[in-house]
Amino acid sequence: MTSPLEKADDTTKLRRIVIEPLSRVEGHGKVTILLDDQGKVHQVRLHIVEFRGFERFIQGRPYWEVPVMVQRLCGICPVSHHLASSKALDLVVGARPVTRTAEKVRRLMHYGQILQSHALHFYHLASPDLLFGFDSDVARRNIVGVLAAFPEVARQGVMLRKFGQEVIRITAGKRIHGTGSVPGGVNKSVTKAESDELLASMKDVLEWARASVRMVVGLHAASRELYDNFGTVRSSVLSLVGKNGELDLYDGTLRARDADGTIIFDGVDPQLYRSQLKENVRSWSYMKFPFIGSLGPDVGWYKVGPLARIQNCDLIDTPLAEAARQEFLASSPGKLVHAPLGFHWARMIEMLHSAEVIERLLHDEDIHGDDLVSTGPRASEGVGIIEAPRGTLIHHYEVDSQDLVTMCNLIVSTTHNNQAMNEVIRRVAMQYLDGKEPTEGLLNHIEVAIRAFDPCLSCATHALGKMPLIVEIVDATGARVDRLVRNGEQL
Amino acid sequence: MTLSPARPPLLVLGVGNPSRGDDALGSLFIERAAETLRSEICAGQVELLTDYQLQIEHALDLVGRERIVFVDASVKAEAPYQYARVQPERDESFSTHAMSPAAVLDTHRTVVGEPPPAWALAIRGSRFELGEGLSPAAAVNLEAALRFFVDEARSFLGAR
Repeated sequence: MTSPLEKADDTTKLRRIVIEPLSRVEGHGKVTILLDDQGKVHQVRLHIVEFRGFERFIQGRPYWEVPVMVQRLCGICPVSHHLASSKALDLVVGARPVTRTAEKVRRLMHYGQILQSHALHFYHLASPDLLFGFDSDVARRNIVGVLAAFPEVARQGVMLRKFGQEVIRITAGKRIHGTGSVPGGVNKSVTKAESDELLASMKDVLEWARASVRMVVGLHAASRELYDNFGTVRSSVLSLVGKNGELDLYDGTLRARDADGTIIFDGVDPQLYRSQLKENVRSWSYMKFPFIGSLGPDVGWYKVGPLARIQNCDLIDTPLAEAARQEFLASSPGKLVHAPLGFHWARMIEMLHSAEVIERLLHDEDIHGDDLVSTGPRASEGVGIIEAPRGTLIHHYEVDSQDLVTMCNLIVSTTHNNQAMNEVIRRVAMQYLDGKEPTEGLLNHIEVAIRAFDPCLSCATHALGKMPLIVEIVDATGARVDRLVRNGEQL
Repeated sequence: MTLSPARPPLLVLGVGNPSRGDDALGSLFIERAAETLRSEICAGQVELLTDYQLQIEHALDLVGRERIVFVDASVKAEAPYQYARVQPERDESFSTHAMSPAAVLDTHRTVVGEPPPAWALAIRGSRFELGEGLSPAAAVNLEAALRFFVDEARSFLGAR
């Protein structure tokens, strides 16, 4: 159920806190919090303040350009967009299915992407909060602080990220703006020399990934109450699952469970996603609010991403990750875990799974094949769904007889999590801010909750001299009461 | 994982999103430099890399170099460009998803050791909207920065 903190009854006498831009998340967003004179919380919202218009940008383009162009949506997960669009356009060119080599090279690329993205998030963006505490010294609460205090941990994070990028380079042809995946297949396979190069690092990568799971299990065990209760909000979950109900991040059918774990729908063909998922809008955010149609907008919102995936599937088909998943499930016997900090544990299980899948694929002769592209009867429409690092990613295109895209609909992972993130920060605001004088450390709790989802709020524009981080507190008349700067200085 | 294979001594790292107006300056610079410095690249003296944004793993791209040049669009640099030495520094970019050149150097210092000498070539840009091309002013600035840099690179390589 949507929280009453979405909209205050009367905002005229409330003071407003703005956290803008959010730090250690991708893109531009802000949080507004309305408080009364006693510090009681009346309204909390996560706003997306940049309108991308990327769908319009794609319209009118030749379809074969799309898998390369959509990578410019994001500097963190371009491969996910590259592959989701390719999968959608496979249907347009009649590639049902793509060749074994094409599917396995794409899978290799995708699991490389998952591994590097999860490593970046956990080590670079989340670990400072988890290792030092949410309201620890802000000057230390960053990756450099981690490097200084836990140098081997931080080094492993850098090396894992680097390995994932190397997998992408080899499968996509380039480190960025890769062209490896095309409508109907891939344009290159993996040479034996390339797979050998990656396999040479595999033992280290697997051990680092296992160590990452151990680290997050240890963090959870050391602060059980915090990890179980911080911002915990019950909701449904959504993800793709493979044909045997296994975790499959590249392909499958849609499954949703309610907050108790009961299946709402299962085996839904990605082409029919609109039969189950609807989208709503709010006047105060550019990001849409998807929901499960049969449940309605008030209760039909859901979580996607690692925490949803490892509980929505029936198993993981790699042994180390499945053992880690069983340990995770045993921490909450018979009940779904809804705690946002559980995302970190789930994310590390998926990182370990990705390392295992990469190793398996690197030993598969099919990745060296030369049957790269398939075609068949042409279609005018296609939907591609993939489990991106942050969750379910939907690309939907219509293409006319001139090969131009006439319609593009993207539902990105963070959009699926929009309502869930809003509900979680409302919960955190009530747990930690209500009735207290806000401090940087307390406000960071809000950001910790958002970061747990690893949101990608926008695409990758940046330039030297941008990216300020300021928290302003203004009263009901709009006058500035206080201003905090992330590096601890007062302006 | 090998950290320090034999690598070209001069690394130029251009940063930016080609679909965001003048944010493309970094990647366009790399495209143009690849044409102009073709012989130096073929001789193994220069390596050009481009990415949307700087990240922790870029620290590993610096290993084994003698000089690093970061190229990016800037809304603060004086037109047409500014060229300045960058020192390793723990700045506020560590709290964002994208890192500054100084922060990448500092990561290198912590993970690998003292980084190579580094400079930032900040090319003045002004328009960063999705789907926009390069602004006329940025195009002029790009050419000026390229002319300067080619002379600078050849001077450095000649003096080695």
